[in-house]
Amino acid sequence: MTELVAYLISGIALGSSFALIGSGFVVVHRVTRVVNFAQGSVAIVGGMTSATLLDGLLPHGLGEIAAVLLCGVVGLVIGLLAIGRRGTPPLISLIVTLGASMLVSAAIIWLWGQDPVAPPGLGGSVTILGAEVERQRLLVVVATGVAFAALALFFSRSYLGKGLTASASNPFAARMVGIDVRKMGLLAFGLAGILGGLAGVLIAPSNPLSFYSDLPLVLSGFAAAVFGGLTSPLRTLFGGLCLGVAGQLTAGYLNGSYQTEMALLLMLVIMIIRSRAFVQEEVK
Amino acid sequence: MLTIDRVSRRFGGVYANQDVTLTVAEGELRGIIGPNGAGKSTLFNLIAGHIRAESGTISLAGRRIDRLPAHARARRGVGIVFQGARVFPGMSLLANVMVGAHAHTRAGVVAAALRPPSQRREERAIRAQAEDCLSRVGLLDWASRPAEGLPLGQQRRLQVARALAGLPRVLLLDEPASGLRAAERQELAELIGELRRDGTTILLVEHDVGLVTSLAERITVLDLGRVIADGTPSEVTSDPAVIKAYLGTGDTHAADR
Repeated sequence: MTELVAYLISGIALGSSFALIGSGFVVVHRVTRVVNFAQGSVAIVGGMTSATLLDGLLPHGLGEIAAVLLCGVVGLVIGLLAIGRRGTPPLISLIVTLGASMLVSAAIIWLWGQDPVAPPGLGGSVTILGAEVERQRLLVVVATGVAFAALALFFSRSYLGKGLTASASNPFAARMVGIDVRKMGLLAFGLAGILGGLAGVLIAPSNPLSFYSDLPLVLSGFAAAVFGGLTSPLRTLFGGLCLGVAGQLTAGYLNGSYQTEMALLLMLVIMIIRSRAFVQEEVK
Repeated sequence: MLTIDRVSRRFGGVYANQDVTLTVAEGELRGIIGPNGAGKSTLFNLIAGHIRAESGTISLAGRRIDRLPAHARARRGVGIVFQGARVFPGMSLLANVMVGAHAHTRAGVVAAALRPPSQRREERAIRAQAEDCLSRVGLLDWASRPAEGLPLGQQRRLQVARALAGLPRVLLLDEPASGLRAAERQELAELIGELRRDGTTILLVEHDVGLVTSLAERITVLDLGRVIADGTPSEVTSDPAVIKAYLGTGDTHAADR
């Protein structure tokens, strides 16, 4: 029982980071129809940067925030590369994001080396239903909840959020009412960078990151986003949590090295089940 | 208000618009008619900014807009109503119209982020303005309904409300009557008449000659990309060149409809 509780909570924490990365996919895809595969590398940049900044440069809190903001800038630059040129087809932009992801990976190796890096997190642990839980994992869950609530408010309340929603809903009509759809796309890339960076900063203290972490992170995040049909942040959150919990249960009761395969398998199953929904999306 | 000066545009070597010149005065309701393939849609798209002119200039309130992208023209005051269903699905009617108003009034990203109280005031003002626009087109009772699934006639009225919310200097209507039933067409004609009385400058591009002659005070007739006539409804409908243009394309009854 305590084992199960521990797996569930660490699964939810890990799933939260997948959900954050996945919501980055969703935000960009909704507005630009581009799948941004650089999303995982941005998360790693976030984790690495916070480790460097917290190593004597900035206090806790500031260091993490600075790392997340830097990821927003990185996301924006990737956006400029991918959709900066007017009229770039989404598939070409997708390839550009893949290339950007490799560039970022190279930069990570150059700046931080190949070994996993873990920034200091919240120390200590608490006992929940008999299970020892690191406080950092609880922080991940809480921060993700706050991030999703802020995202929902941003989309429904602010002008920029409405502009993004309108651009996603009908780009042609959005231009007609004076919305610069390309600028909205760049904004989405920046926002995705912030979400990815947040995921990296939060997860790195308990799951050390290296450039190798890119693929597992991007696949899991993408699987979560696919669960949300690449359009719904809320269903992405749910998908991410399911994926995290399933992965931790697999790791705990079967074998830890199956986690990524688990994500891939779930993604395939979801894509096959929901393929009709995707086709309808395309037709619209 | 809107000045189009010797504007030309070719597609594959064929002129879709050739030296088109026309001026719409403030508060005027100008109709653009012409048989199929006359270049009406091209002219509309040139003004809206979907395509660029090869030569000639387009000015709005004395400032050139022909080099601006479509969204920037919208901000300068080109309000657009398309014939297609160009609403924002998944958003309520009110939200649709509010997007139109926002795009116009936004002070700046940073200001909006730093001054929440004033932004809240602005938000309230925008909501009130959006409701006013909805009531002008007679859709206020439906404000909270989702925009998808609306009948075509009401989708078009919603587009009118959204364009009005952006406080346009000139309202461009692209074939607003196409696909509408007779009753909807009548309602639309009444709406356009009301907008005209409120002082809105309107450019009405329409295939339905009868609708245009009943509403517009001046009509510009296009044929094969050129302006062939310009004048009051009775002048242009009795113009031999206009009659020939409509007869020549086999649309025999259009000119006297």
